Amino acid sequence: MEILVCVKRVPDTSENEIEVNSNGADIERDDLVYSVNEWDNYAVEEAIQLRDKVGGSVTVVTVGDDESEEVLRREMAMGADKGVLLSDDAFTGSDGMGTTAILKAEIEKGKYDLILTGAQADDGAGQIGGMLASILDVPYASLVNYIEVLDENKIKVGREIEGGNQEMNELNLPCVLSIQTGINEPRYVGIRGIRKVAKLEIPIHGASDLGISADSVGAAGARVKRVDYFVPDFGEGAEILEGSTDEKIEKMIEILKAKGGIK
Amino acid sequence: MGLQIFTYAIHKAGVADDSAMELIAAAGKIDSDAKVTAIVTGSGAELDQVCNTLSECCSEILKIDHEALAYPNAELIRKLLVKILPDNAVFLAVHDTFGMDLAPGLSVKTESAFVADVVEFEGVDGSNLKIIRQEYSGMVSTHVTCDISTGAVLTCRPGSFQPDEVTGAGGRVIDKSGEFGDISVGRRFLEVVEAEIGDVDITKSEVLVSIGRGIEDEDNIEIAEDLAKAMGADISCSRPIVDAKWLEKARQVGTSGQTVKPKVYLALGISGSFQHLGGLKGSPFIIAVNKNPKAPIFQVADVGIIEDILEFVPELTEKIEEG
Ligand SMILES: Cc1cc2nc3c(=O)[nH]c(=O)nc-3n(C[C@H](O)[C@H](O)[C@H](O)COP(=O)(O)OP(=O)(O)OC[C@H]3O[C@@H](n4cnc5c(N)ncnc54)[C@H](O)[C@@H]3O)c2cc1C
Ligand SMILES: Nc1ncnc2c1ncn2[C@@H]1O[C@H](COP(=O)(O)O)[C@@H](O)[C@H]1O
Repeated sequence: MEILVCVKRVPDTSENEIEVNSNGADIERDDLVYSVNEWDNYAVEEAIQLRDKVGGSVTVVTVGDDESEEVLRREMAMGADKGVLLSDDAFTGSDGMGTTAILKAEIEKGKYDLILTGAQADDGAGQIGGMLASILDVPYASLVNYIEVLDENKIKVGREIEGGNQEMNELNLPCVLSIQTGINEPRYVGIRGIRKVAKLEIPIHGASDLGISADSVGAAGARVKRVDYFVPDFGEGAEILEGSTDEKIEKMIEILKAKGGIK
Repeated sequence: MGLQIFTYAIHKAGVADDSAMELIAAAGKIDSDAKVTAIVTGSGAELDQVCNTLSECCSEILKIDHEALAYPNAELIRKLLVKILPDNAVFLAVHDTFGMDLAPGLSVKTESAFVADVVEFEGVDGSNLKIIRQEYSGMVSTHVTCDISTGAVLTCRPGSFQPDEVTGAGGRVIDKSGEFGDISVGRRFLEVVEAEIGDVDITKSEVLVSIGRGIEDEDNIEIAEDLAKAMGADISCSRPIVDAKWLEKARQVGTSGQTVKPKVYLALGISGSFQHLGGLKGSPFIIAVNKNPKAPIFQVADVGIIEDILEFVPELTEKIEEG
C-alpha cells in the first residue's frame, strides 16, 4: 500500500504563550518552539503501522519553508520512507484551497492508495483533508480513529463522532482520511533517531516543478485572507486570585466551601 | 434585495438540533435582509416535524426525504447539495463532526470560498464577508475576509450564535426529494458503535476535579486524585489525558467525550478549547488553575489562579485535609 501523509510545522501551543505582535500583523514569532502538528504524528504512526502490516511505503509531504524540512526529517526518523518538501515564495499566503492545489499537484506525480492528513492544525480549520479528497474526486472520511484494511480495494474505518461514539464506514481505495488523536500511540523519536536520517535527501519541489502557475496559489490566488490577529475583549473574565500561594489557597478553600465544592 | 443564504439543519428523532436555529441566526448576522433557506435531509415522517419547527424561523425549507439519507452520510449529502445549491450560493453548516466531514469538500465541488469554525460575522463589504475566527486553540483571534462573489461554504462554531426569537415566519416547505435521483458514493455507512461505559459516571458528579495536559506526567495524576478525595469530588479530564491512555475515555469532558453538569468544576492545567468547554453544561462554577495567565480558560472561568498545578495542588490538598 502506497501511503502519503501530509504534515505541517506549527508553533507548539503547549510550549509557547502565543501572543499578538505589536502591529497585529502576526503572532510574536521570536523564540517560538515549533513542532509537528499534534494530529499529524498520529497520522504518520498509523501509516507506518499499516505499511508494516500490509507492505508498501510511507511518504511524508509538507507545504512550507526551508525550516519545514526538520518536521519531515522527524517523521522519517519515526519510520516514514520518503519526504518531500513543497516550497516556493509563490506559495506564501495560500488559503486552504491554495495549499490543497499544491498538494494535489505533488500527489498526481505519484500513485497513492491512501492519503492521510491530521484532523486539524494550528488554525483549527480542519479543511485540507476534505478539500484534497474532493479535488482528487476520491472518498473521504474525517476524524478517523480506526483503520482496517479489508482487501486491495476496500478499507473499514471508524470516525469519532459526538459523545465519543464511533461511526463505522467502508471506503473504496484510493481515499483520503483525516486522523484524530488517540487512534494509536505515536512512537518516541530521540535525537539518535533524527541523526540516523540526517543525511537522507529530501527533494524540494517549487511551483514550476509542480506545473502550478504562481498566481493561482499564494496570496494572489487566495479568496480567504487573514487581515490581522487580535486579542478580543471578553468582558469580565475570571476573578484572578492575588497574593501569596497561602493566601490564594485560603481564598480558594473559602470559595469552594461557599459553592459546595468541598463535601 | 438581500443575499440568499442556505443553512443545513441537523436533527435527531424529529427534533431540530440547537445548531439549526443558531445557523439561521448566523445568516442574519451576515446579512439582516438575507433570504434564509434551511435544508433538511433524512428519511420518514420525523422530517416533517423538523420542517414544521424550522418554518417558524425561516422563510423557506427544502426537504429531501430518501431512505438512503436515514443516516447522514456526508459523502452522499455533499453530492446532493451540489445538485440543489444554485451557483454562487452562501451555505452554512455547523462546525461539528458532521460539518467537518461535509463542508471542506463541498466548497471544492461548488467552487466557492471556504472558512471553518466561524465565531462571528461582521457583515459584508462589497464582495467580502467579514469574519472572526480563533487560532492556536483560542489563544488569539483573527479578522478574516472571504470573497463570496463565487459563493461560500462556511461552518459556524456550535454555541457561538444566539438563536433568534421565534417569529412565526411561516416558512414554505418545498419537497425536493426528487432531486436525490441515484446518487452513489465510495463510502458506505455501516453502524454506530456506542462509547464504552466507564467505572464512574461523571455526568452525575456534583464536583469534578478535571486535569489537562498541564499534569505533564502519568505519575502526577495521583496529586489530583488526592485532591479529589479530600474534596469528595470525582476525577475527569481533557482529551490528551485519554489519548495518552492515562485515564479511561469515560472520564473525558467535551464534545467527543461526556457532557457534564456539576455544581463546581475545577480545571487543572486545561487550556479551555471550545471542544472541551462544549462538554460543560448547566453553568457550573468554574475555578481554573493554570500557569499561563493568557490561557483561554480564564475567559470563561469564574475564578482563576495563576500557579503551577504540580506545586499548588499538593499544598491545597494538605490545607483541605487540615480542615
Ligand atoms: C473533533 C474534535 C473533538 C475534540 N473533542 C475534545 C473533547 O471532547 N474534550 C477535550 O478536552 N478536547 C477535545 N478535543 C481537543 C481539543 O481541541 C484540545 O486539543 C484539548 O482540549 C486540549 O487539552 P488541554 O487543555 O488539556 O491541553 P492544552 O491545550 O495543551 O493545555 C494545557 C494547559 O496546561 C497549562 N499548563 C501546562 N503545565 C502546567 C502546570 N505545570 N501548571 C499549570 N498549568 C499548566 C498550559 O498553560 C495550558 O493552558 C477535540 C478536538 C477535535 C478536533
Ligand atoms: N502546509 C501544509 N502542508 C502539508 N499538509 C498540511 C498543511 N497544512 C495543513 N496540512 C494537513 O492538513 C491537516 C489539517 O490542517 P488544516 O486543514 O490546516 O486544519 C493537517 O493536519 C495536515 O495533515
